[in-house]
Amino acid sequence: MLTKRIIPCLDVKDGRVVKGVSFVELIDAGDPVESALAYEAQGADELVFLDITASHEERKTILDVVRETASDVFMPLTVGGGIRTIDDIHELLHAGTDKVSINTTAVENPEFVKEAAERFGSSTIVVAIDAKRRHVGGDKTAEFIEPPCWEVFTHGGRRPTGLDVIEWATKMERYGAGEILLTSMDSDGQKHGYDIALTRSVADALNIPVIASGGAGTLAHIEEAFTEGGASAALAASIFHFGEFTIPETKEYLKGVGVAVRPPAGCHPSSSDSSDPSDEA
Amino acid sequence: MIAVIDYDMGNLRSVAKAFEKVGADVVVTREPGKIVDASHVVLPGVGAFRDCMHHLREFKLIDPILKTIESGKPFLGICLGLQVLLDESDEFGLHKGLGLISGRVELFPPNMVAEAGQGSERMPERLKVPHMGWNSITKHKESRLLEGVDDGEYFYFVHSYYAVPTDPSVTLTSTNYGIEYTSAIEVENMWAVQFHPEKSQSAGLKVLENFSRID
Repeated sequence: MLTKRIIPCLDVKDGRVVKGVSFVELIDAGDPVESALAYEAQGADELVFLDITASHEERKTILDVVRETASDVFMPLTVGGGIRTIDDIHELLHAGTDKVSINTTAVENPEFVKEAAERFGSSTIVVAIDAKRRHVGGDKTAEFIEPPCWEVFTHGGRRPTGLDVIEWATKMERYGAGEILLTSMDSDGQKHGYDIALTRSVADALNIPVIASGGAGTLAHIEEAFTEGGASAALAASIFHFGEFTIPETKEYLKGVGVAVRPPAGCHPSSSDSSDPSDEA
Repeated sequence: MIAVIDYDMGNLRSVAKAFEKVGADVVVTREPGKIVDASHVVLPGVGAFRDCMHHLREFKLIDPILKTIESGKPFLGICLGLQVLLDESDEFGLHKGLGLISGRVELFPPNMVAEAGQGSERMPERLKVPHMGWNSITKHKESRLLEGVDDGEYFYFVHSYYAVPTDPSVTLTSTNYGIEYTSAIEVENMWAVQFHPEKSQSAGLKVLENFSRID
C-alpha cells in the first residue's frame, strides 16, 4: 500500500540553514548537508530545500549544497526558490536534485511549467502555491467569504495575484505539474494546524498528489492533513527542526491512528532507541 | 566497471552516487564502446517512454544495450529503463519498445480507490496518478538482486504507467496500487525495477550493491 509521506523542509540562505535545526547530534545546525543527513538517518521520506537567497549571484551556493547532499542522501530531494529558466532546472537536476518546485515563475509565465514538464518529465516538476483565504470585499479586516475560497499569492505571500487557488491548481495539473505543494499563508507559522478545507478542496479537484504545508504544530495536525485533508504528503519545518517531534515519533503516532506510513525502523539499524519491536511491514 | 547509460533524461547523478556509496566503480556514459566494455550496464530513466526511445535511437544506444544483454552481462533497468524493455507503450501514442520482454506498458486506470485498512471506518480513498511515494514489494521468487531485502520492504516509486509482461513467471516482485502489478522483473541476466533504488535509502542501496556483485 502506498504510504503517506513526511517531508521536512529546510530554508537555505546563502548556503546556510536559517531557522536552524536543533538536533542534539548535530555539530553544525546551520549546515544544510548535516541537517539533510540527520533527516536521512531518521527515515524522512523526502526532503525539500527552499532556497531563500536574495541575490541571483549567490545562487550557485545551492548547487554546491545539492551536490554534497546527493553524495550521501538517498531519498528524493526537491529544491525550490528562485527558479526562472530551463537552465536553472537543468543545473539543479545535474547537481543531484530530483524535483524542482516552481512558484512565482509559474504565475508570471504558466507556459514555463508546460515547457519544463515536457523537457524533464512531470514527475520532476512541483508547482508550489501560496494560498490565502479571501475576505469579503478583499478587506483583511472583514469576514471570510463563505463558502471558503482562496487566492494565490507570490513573492513569499506578499503579492496578491487575483487567481483562484482551485482554478490555478487545476490549470497547473493540465500544464504538466506532477505534484502541488500547497501552503496556507494564513496557517503558516501559526502551529494551529494545516488549512484542512483548503487542502481537501485542492486534493479533491486534482488527480496529482497534493503536499500539505503550513501550520503543523502537533502530530494530530499531520494526521488531519491526511485523513481530513486528503493530502498525499505533509511538509513541516519547525516541529521537526527544533526536536519537538522526531520523524520516528511522527510515524509511530500515525501508524497508531491507522495512517499508512513507511516504518522508520529497519531503515537504519543504528536507531535502536525505539522500544517498538514492530519493524516489519 | 558499471556503465550507467546517459541518454540525457533526468537525474543520473543519483544513480552513479548510489553505486559509489556501495563501493562500486561506475561511469556515466553514452559512448557505445564504454557500454560494451563495462562489466555491468544500467539503464536508468525519468520522463516519457517516447522520449526515452527517441534518445536511445538518437545516441545509437540500442545496439550496445542489445549486445550487453546478449553477452550475458548483468543488466539493470530502472523505472522507465524497465518499461522500454517491453514491446510497446501507449504513452503519448503507441510507441515500440526494445521488445526484450514480451508484454505491454499501460496507464493506471482512472478512479482507482484504495482498499480501506483493516478495521478502518474511513471512506475508501481515491488513488492519485502518478503513483508517487513509498510502497512495498511482494517477492514472487528468490533472486540475487534481492538478497537481504525483506519481503514487504518499501521503495520509492514515481510512475503513471506500469509493465504487463505476457509471461507472469518473469515477475520478481509485485506492488499494489489499486491493482497488483509487476514492480520488478528477472529474465536470466536481465533485471529491471519500476522503483528507484537510488532514492530508496538503505533498502535501495542494498539492491544496487547486490547488482554490482552479480558476476
